[in-house]
This record gives sequence, C-alpha cells and structure tokens, in this order.
Amino acid sequence: MSVLPYLVAGWLFLVGCYGLTTSRNLIHAVGSLAVCQSATYVLLLSIGYRRGGTAPVHSDIAPGSRPLVDPVVQALTLTDVVVGATVTALLLALVVQVSKRHGTVDPDELRELRG
Amino acid sequence: MSLRVRMWVLAVGGLGVALLLAGAFTHMPDFGGTWHPYGTRAVAEALRQHSANAVASVNFDQRAFDTMGEQAVFFGSVLGTVVVLRQAGDEHRTAPEPAFVSAPVRRYALLVLPVTVLTGLYVIAHGHLSPGGGFQGGVVAATALHLLYIAIDYRALQRVRSLTLFTLADAAGEAGYLLAGLAALVAGAAFLENVLPLGTFNTLSSAGTVPVLNAAVGVEVAAGVVVLLAQFLDQAIVIEPADGRGHRADGAARAAPEGGRP
Repeated sequence: MSVLPYLVAGWLFLVGCYGLTTSRNLIHAVGSLAVCQSATYVLLLSIGYRRGGTAPVHSDIAPGSRPLVDPVVQALTLTDVVVGATVTALLLALVVQVSKRHGTVDPDELRELRG
Repeated sequence: MSLRVRMWVLAVGGLGVALLLAGAFTHMPDFGGTWHPYGTRAVAEALRQHSANAVASVNFDQRAFDTMGEQAVFFGSVLGTVVVLRQAGDEHRTAPEPAFVSAPVRRYALLVLPVTVLTGLYVIAHGHLSPGGGFQGGVVAATALHLLYIAIDYRALQRVRSLTLFTLADAAGEAGYLLAGLAALVAGAAFLENVLPLGTFNTLSSAGTVPVLNAAVGVEVAAGVVVLLAQFLDQAIVIEPADGRGHRADGAARAAPEGGRP
C-alpha cells in the first residue's frame, strides 16, 4: 500500500471541503479550512519520506551515516504551517467583526450586505 | 443555494477531485522510496554551507528569498488583524478586573514562565543546529509572556506588554531580514546570499547568515504573535460595545434578524 499516505492526504482535503460546505458556523468553517490545509502537510511529508530515514539534522549523527528524509518538503511544510496559522488568525479576526456587526456567525444568515 | 443543491454540487465536485487525485497518486514516486533528487542535493548543499540542520539551510540559505515572502505574509497578516480588530467608533474600553487565580496555578505558571522564555530563545538560537528556528522559537517565546495572564490576570500582562514596543520589534525583525539581504549586496554578492564566514560545523557560530536570519525572524514572530494575541484578548476583555451589552450577551437576542444594532 505505497499509495496509502497520499490517499490520506486526499481524504483530509475532501473532508475539509465537506466541512466548509455544510458549515453552520464561521468558526467551524475556519477549522474546516485548517483541515484542508493539513492535507498539504501530510502530502508534502509523505512525498519526502524515506524508509529507514531519519531527520535531516546533523547535530547528533555523522553526515552520510544514515539515510535522511527530504529536507526540502519539510521546509515547504514549515512555510505552509506559518501561512496557514496567519490565515487562520486573520479569518478569525473577520469572524469576530462579522459576529459583532451582524449578530450571527451562521453563514446562511449572512445574506445581505450591511455596515 | 439551498443545502440540497449545495450537497449535489459538493458531491459532483468532490468525486471529480477524488478521481483526479487518485489518478495522480498512482503516478507519484513510491512512498518511502530512495529517489529524492532535491533532498539529496539540499543535504549536500547544507553540509557544504556548514549548517547542521538541513531544513534551516533550505529555509534561510537556499530558499532565503522565499522565506522573505513568507515573513511578509506573516507581517501582513498581523497588520491586517490589527486593522480588522481595532476599536470601532461606537465601542469603548473598560479596565479589566483583577481575577482570582488559585495558588497552584499561579505558582506553576510563574515557575514555567522563565523556562519557556529560555526555551524559546534556545530554539531560535539553535535553529541552524537542531530542529527549530525563528518561527518555532518565536511562537514559544510569545506564549511565555501570556503565562502572566494565566498566572496573575490581564492587567499584569498589559503592564509588561507594551504594544508600541512589540509593534516596533515586529517591524524591526522584518527590516532586519531585509537589511541582512542588502548587506550581502554591499559585500558584492547576490541579495540574501550567504556571505558570512561559515564557521565550524555544528557549533553556534556556523552556517554564515542562517543564525542571523533566524534571529530576525525570531524577533518578528515573537513580537508579531504577541501583537496578534493582544488584538483578540482586547476584544474579549477590554473592548465593550457602545450600548452597554456585555461580550457574553446572549446569542439569541443578538441573532434576532433586525434587532442586531441600534
């Protein structure tokens, strides 16, 4: 089953999309978006995995003594996490304002534009 | 769009995406395989640049320019949150009230606070040697400050947390990264090129500009997270709506269709 980790990533993405579509609460929607984003972490890290590999950090292993997992995708995942966290913060700030101005966080009730 | 229609659109779209993904996954390199052309080259380059942590080398040396963009995203998001969550014209500020904290919580939170600050600084400083770096250590250090809120109350946090200072530190971190890049230009190299002496492998003074950039990012992230959390905490504790309704005004009254705002 060498495709399984990739399938998990795809499943996570679709589950996040399902959550976004059926969401009745904007905070829940932001959480669902975070689930979608975590699919990319799983995908990136599974691409970089190497059987028997260890972390690409040489502070306690001699260079070349062991196979290493791919550091490039790990760096990309770090970028992904940082961007994901900041996007979540900004979206939650918007939810706070929506709640204050409209008195609801149910996306279905936010039909008209106001203030 | 009604829920029914929406579910149909989701089902069709989801099925399409699932099929495309499954098709793509069967053509991917085998999971756990030994073929990692970029990884192999990145590790070799990290060793050549005397950076024990290959991930830090990718982020702050080989892809330093991309990390500048990532940092700008962080900076912009903090700025956006400050703007979105600013005090509106019809809101006013109230002084937070002293809170009761049980003795064990206070004791252990105050005990852990200096340890957390130290851990944050350690993670930033050793970013080029061991797992961690500016982003991770910055978040740890910023979290440490908020232990004051748990240990004492919001007023104690406010007293230590000068937002002017942290906003300036946030900007200084961002500027520091750019200046480190420009310094490389002055030295006659490309923007953000690793121009400093590479030092002894696996010691604090190694990897050239990587620890410098890590420190700049660490300052920015630590200050940025403090500013970011301050906006949310202020909304929850300090900023009150104009009509005197508390924050925890019952949702039912506020969710009334037209009864929202005066």
